[in-house]
Amino acid sequence: MSGKDTVEVAAATPEQPQPFAELGLTGDEYEKIRQLLGRRPTAAELALYSVMWSEHCSYKSSKVHLRRLAPSERQSGALLAGIGANAGVVDIGQGYAVTFKIESHNHPSFVEPHQGAATGVGGIVRDILAMGARPVAVMDALRFGPAAAHDTARVLPGVVSGISFYGNCLGLPNIGGELAFDPVYAGNPLVNALCVGVMRHDDLKSAVATGPGNKVVLFGSRTGPDGVGGASVLASATFGGEGEGKAAKRPSVQVGDPFMEKLLVECCLELYAAGIIEGIQDLGAAGIACATTELSAGGSGGMHVTLDDVPLRDHTLGPAEILMSESQERMMAVVAPGNVAAFHEVCAKWDVEATVIGEVTGDGTLTMTWRGGTVVSIPPRTAADGPVYDRPLARPADLDALRAAGPDGFDRPRDGVALHATLLALLGSADLADKSWVTAQYDHYVRGNTVLAMPEDGGLLRIDEHSHLGIALATDGNGRYCRLDPYQGTQLALSEAYRNVAMTGARPIAVTNCLNFGSPEDPEVMWQLAEAVRGLADGCQTLGIPVTGGNVSLYNQTGTTAIHPTPVIGVLGVHDDVRNRVPSGFTREGAQIVLLGITNEDFGGSAWAHVAHAHLGGHPPTPDLAAEQRLAALIAEAAASGLLASAHDLSEGGLAVALAESCLQGKRGCTVTLQGDPFTTLFSESPARAIVSVVPGREAEFKARSAENEVPAAAIGTTGGLNLAIAPLFAIPLAELRTVWERPLPALFG
Amino acid sequence: MRHAGAEPVPLWHADRDLRGADAVILPGGFSYGDYLRCGAIARFSPVMGELVPAARAGLPLLGICNGFQILCEAHLLPGALTRNAGLRFITRDVRLTVENTRTPWTRGYAGGQELLVPLKSGEGAYAADEATLDELESSGRVVVRYGAAGSGQAAPNGAARGIAGICSEAGNVVGLMPHPEHAIDPLTGPSADGLGFFTSVVEAFAGALR
Repeated sequence: MSGKDTVEVAAATPEQPQPFAELGLTGDEYEKIRQLLGRRPTAAELALYSVMWSEHCSYKSSKVHLRRLAPSERQSGALLAGIGANAGVVDIGQGYAVTFKIESHNHPSFVEPHQGAATGVGGIVRDILAMGARPVAVMDALRFGPAAAHDTARVLPGVVSGISFYGNCLGLPNIGGELAFDPVYAGNPLVNALCVGVMRHDDLKSAVATGPGNKVVLFGSRTGPDGVGGASVLASATFGGEGEGKAAKRPSVQVGDPFMEKLLVECCLELYAAGIIEGIQDLGAAGIACATTELSAGGSGGMHVTLDDVPLRDHTLGPAEILMSESQERMMAVVAPGNVAAFHEVCAKWDVEATVIGEVTGDGTLTMTWRGGTVVSIPPRTAADGPVYDRPLARPADLDALRAAGPDGFDRPRDGVALHATLLALLGSADLADKSWVTAQYDHYVRGNTVLAMPEDGGLLRIDEHSHLGIALATDGNGRYCRLDPYQGTQLALSEAYRNVAMTGARPIAVTNCLNFGSPEDPEVMWQLAEAVRGLADGCQTLGIPVTGGNVSLYNQTGTTAIHPTPVIGVLGVHDDVRNRVPSGFTREGAQIVLLGITNEDFGGSAWAHVAHAHLGGHPPTPDLAAEQRLAALIAEAAASGLLASAHDLSEGGLAVALAESCLQGKRGCTVTLQGDPFTTLFSESPARAIVSVVPGREAEFKARSAENEVPAAAIGTTGGLNLAIAPLFAIPLAELRTVWERPLPALFG
Repeated sequence: MRHAGAEPVPLWHADRDLRGADAVILPGGFSYGDYLRCGAIARFSPVMGELVPAARAGLPLLGICNGFQILCEAHLLPGALTRNAGLRFITRDVRLTVENTRTPWTRGYAGGQELLVPLKSGEGAYAADEATLDELESSGRVVVRYGAAGSGQAAPNGAARGIAGICSEAGNVVGLMPHPEHAIDPLTGPSADGLGFFTSVVEAFAGALR
């Protein structure tokens, strides 16, 4: 029993063997803990260090690289709190601030898709709540194995139902995200959840425990055995081959209670408004271990916790399990003694259980007692900081061969019949098909402020009903591009999210990220991670916007095969007047269609190569961030002046897919005449491009604005009719287009 | 209600107090997480102790989505809301036809008027025994139905006879599965068609005052 293993016992029995390896610690790390404490750790301390020093909590392998993301002065103008806090906070004007963050819940979602995905939403919402903000929306970036694979039929519906169950009940609109398929994610799906919250500037809360004598209050759900070791054993290790490990890891997945989370959200917001909290921390990975060490490490002194006072769901839990439990829907607050009664009163109103479990002390030590014995006595910073590894990097041995084998040799469709067939093949592929099967399970209306939601390019929320201020959000990632070139691929993901936000008429102002990679112990994976972070840092520097926070998820692989490096980039924008939102569908009849940007021959890593030839090779497109900035500025200006009937970015599948989507979304056809090689014009994936339809009568004005902003603009056609017509090559009736586009997901998932 | 020109006052589930409201809306949401059965726990909330007798005495009461489920659980309306056909949560803008314009919540609409309003629910399929359904039909208590008038279109959630909303015998209590509050402004909804439910009740009182 870990409870009998007190500090005194540990000091007296230095030779007692301890299960550090089973808890995910290396021999060196175990020795380091012994050195720091001057004795062997108690069982409870070992548990605490094992979760705090896990890859998931400590970022020990990625930290040396993430330093690159620290915003420069030029980038941080709008930043109120940055990396290091639970989530970065950005000034959006009019006294409002916004905080947003993406987090992975990949491994739990593979083991138990419904609960894994549900608690992923819950965790990121508490992160945002802990900053002092009201959570106002969520998004999800999802990646699965091949759509037709047997296991995808288990994982995908479960993940979607989990997100639907938790987010809808919590009353948060789900306004966008991604859905992609690739064999590399078959044994390791990616489930990344984003939450955004809004507050007034002076509502910002900090995760520190200051003021000796202040009380430490645990509130929300009771602590149970669920999720013990989730951070160390589940999130920070690799899944073995087929089947192995799944059953053993199942108890590590937590179970969500969205109604309790809703009560917790309202309770916290009322506590904040009453001004009776000194510090606040959400309980996520590593539960009480993490909350107590981070609160005390961030504060001025130490903390004493009486573990006997933690309300339990299972009375057989010992101190180590209490510390490691990842039971959901819990928060920890630091409260001045004089405010404890008022704190309890607010919690009682919301039927939230609250218990004082400890006190802030001035001795610089985190101590915990259980049944009369001291089971933890550590300097909290040693657990909170964790080790830092500068792991070896190696450029993947196969990279040159991969890049040399571009898709140039494949047969290209030349005539109308072949081009027509290519477009239908792309639109009917799982990656590009209609996502309604998924998104219809999410409530995007709740809270009544959703102006745009999927399948629009970016989600757009109204923040102020009177001033019409709003925010836009988009997430993007492209594992195929990043496999070919993680530096450029990450910049392409950044470019696309930036462009998607811009299409709504918003100005992009901040970036968050979720870095999904394989094992950091593989030097080739570490090289991919380092390159991706360098790409993101350089990209954000060029765009002049800060990275406000993020999350790193490693060990995403099956056996020794890593996933494609998949950084998912989230961009936040400010919309000055949401009434000027721009939809992606063709909303006006007889509107001129203008193609913006320059089309090069970009087929490396393209949807065409993937769908038509199951091929991955060559070079991804070259990002052009300056061009993205010019394009974004043009759209924002034109939207504010009311020139645009629609705007849609070009990405996977190029112009052809974008035209089809604008037709389907607006329920209106178009006639387009191409210049140059039809295949390249239709399917190339050059970045920094968009199609807009111009409000009739404003064409000259838009042309002049394009020229002023130095954005190449070509009028290519007109909206209207019941066909997508690429003159003189082919014309597809919208009804046929819609059938092809809508059929795939329901056919696969029922 | 504010958009419709009335002053909204929040009612707290644990207070036996209607705060002098002229009309009450039980909104959508997930009362008690929809655990056990939608609305089954909320019907025992202290505020229901005041609301049920007031509704029986004629107070205009509109239950939307989870509110409709609570009204059925509280036996203010007959029948029940069951899992959607297909067993998945559905968010979709649906066409509705107004069939009863005699309730305080629909008096501003024209009979047969078509509305475009979001539906978003997992347990939204209206169900009742045949005799109850026949009774609802013959007494004109089907307030709104899914689909365009006379289209015979099946309800997206499998609701019996395409029923999207019903009313009490006296007509003052209306239960509605779709969400008219999300269709009050084309900026944040598919239309402004839903505003009529709220302006109807406001006008009912304005008329009474004159």
